[in-house]
Amino acid sequence: MELEAIKIKDLTTGYNDSHGRKEVTRSLSATLQVGEMVALLGPNGAGKSTMMRTLAGFQHPLSGSVEVMGRSIVGYSPRELSRMVSVVLTEKPMLEDMDVETLVALGRAPYTGFFGRLSAHDREVVDRSIALVGIDNLKGRMVPSLSDGERQKVMIAKALAQETAIILLDEPTAFLDFPSKVEIMQLLHRLAHEAQKLIFISTHDLEIALQVSDRVWLIDKKLGVTPGAHAELAASGALERYFGRPGISFDPATGFFKINDGTHSV
Amino acid sequence: MTRRFIILAAFAVLLFTLNIFVGGVAIPADKVLAILRGVAEPGPESFIVLQSRLPQALTAIFAGAALTVSGLMLQTAFRNPLAGPSILGITSGGSLGVAFVILLLGGSVSAGGWAVGGYLAVLAGAFLGCVGVMALLLLFSVWLKNDLMLLITGIMVGYLTSSVITLLNSLSTAEGIQGYTMWGMGSFNSVGMDRIPLFATVTGAGIVISLLMAKPLNVILLGDNYARNLGISMQRVRNLLLVATGILTSVVTAFCGPVGFIGLAVPHIVRMIFRTSDHRVIIPGCILTGAAVGLLCNLLCVVPADTVLPLNGVTPLIGVPVILYVIFKERLRRR
Repeated sequence: MELEAIKIKDLTTGYNDSHGRKEVTRSLSATLQVGEMVALLGPNGAGKSTMMRTLAGFQHPLSGSVEVMGRSIVGYSPRELSRMVSVVLTEKPMLEDMDVETLVALGRAPYTGFFGRLSAHDREVVDRSIALVGIDNLKGRMVPSLSDGERQKVMIAKALAQETAIILLDEPTAFLDFPSKVEIMQLLHRLAHEAQKLIFISTHDLEIALQVSDRVWLIDKKLGVTPGAHAELAASGALERYFGRPGISFDPATGFFKINDGTHSV
Repeated sequence: MTRRFIILAAFAVLLFTLNIFVGGVAIPADKVLAILRGVAEPGPESFIVLQSRLPQALTAIFAGAALTVSGLMLQTAFRNPLAGPSILGITSGGSLGVAFVILLLGGSVSAGGWAVGGYLAVLAGAFLGCVGVMALLLLFSVWLKNDLMLLITGIMVGYLTSSVITLLNSLSTAEGIQGYTMWGMGSFNSVGMDRIPLFATVTGAGIVISLLMAKPLNVILLGDNYARNLGISMQRVRNLLLVATGILTSVVTAFCGPVGFIGLAVPHIVRMIFRTSDHRVIIPGCILTGAAVGLLCNLLCVVPADTVLPLNGVTPLIGVPVILYVIFKERLRRR
């Protein structure tokens, strides 16, 4: 059975600031299911972060609605929402003197009591989350000593410890080397299917995302947002429209992009 | 961890004892014991122990703990290891409030001798000044994502207040200026025994608020957005922080003067001792270590035979090496 984790109706994202209303993406309707990994793909400045912030409840939609697990996102209290949606962000918190296990355990904050003491059950969830991401060996390490890739896995474990159906990740592969990028993407795909989560990521890593995720949303300033499966988007020419540039062309035969610089015969 | 707490507590008790037994006037140990047991005849020596050394030691305990806890909360809230009540200009804000009261309204400040209205006015002035600057900084921190800019803003606020204080000085009487200058050097000896209950209650209240905030303080270490996503209401945390650090800094500033470096440096000593960022451990650690450092500073002030050193002449001796260590440690890690 498919379960709608996020349902978007006629959503316009953006800001109200001193210069008035600034729309970033316009009238999007789409759904995201539990148990799938979906990637939001697009260039810088296309509105990926704004979309992420809106789905995380950090900013209100300008118009239209976002439903999280069947309820409007604006109706949730912060604590209720914290049990539905978890995030992995691009910011890198300064965490001197904190070990990995303690950081993952902060993911239990929506469930712990006034002083944040962990129950036996909380500890179990933390252990399970750490095991699921495969970082048992990092448990006792101090956070500042981690590599970027390790750190990202720890933040993913934190999100798992939060036990939410939805995990939003803003550019989770941005600062990683290529093997680590692939590893994180595959981990996220596995989590979506094994742990039955909705994994929604924003990324620049077009080719990896197209191969690893179940579906993608293409996003662009002019073209807006187009959701779809890889094959669909290839067949409809959407991929070519979004990413085709002089020198880059989409190859429908392989489903990927080619770089035409004239020196190679293709 | 329990062992570290016990060692710290033992250290604090030792320093407290030294504060009672050692001072500018030499009083034999058995005499001090007799005075403490209440079997000595009243006289100048009994007065020194009970009305000077004892309230000073108690003031050092509460003020040291209060400033340290306040510094810790500021470092967590601004996510900056170099934040502290004095460096961010919060103490200067308090000074400005006090300067208005002493220099313009003429509340006289001599050791423990304020009229009730006078010291309440000084207290209110300090509180308004501290909270005002703190609120300003929180407001700026929304725009100034850069920590360095925020620190510089704090330092500029400090300069601005001292310029206003200089102007106020020129309008004041000689007595007012002298009173303010004495206050500005910092001292733990201006809280008389009769004021100790009030001082202890107010600093105690601020510390209790900080203990109640242990969980949100742990979560905001991750940053505002992560904290929000974990169900923490940032607005409420900010407001509580404002009240708690405002109370702690202002009451100490009003009574003891603008004491530097304790709030900035001691939280780092605590982190070095406990090697954790968990506020449920760090806050009690700050209370004990802050008290011990307060007592140590007071001891250093009174040890010289003929004179009493100003507190602000002693605190940098402890604070500066710690801060330099923190800065160089960070440099070394980055390379």
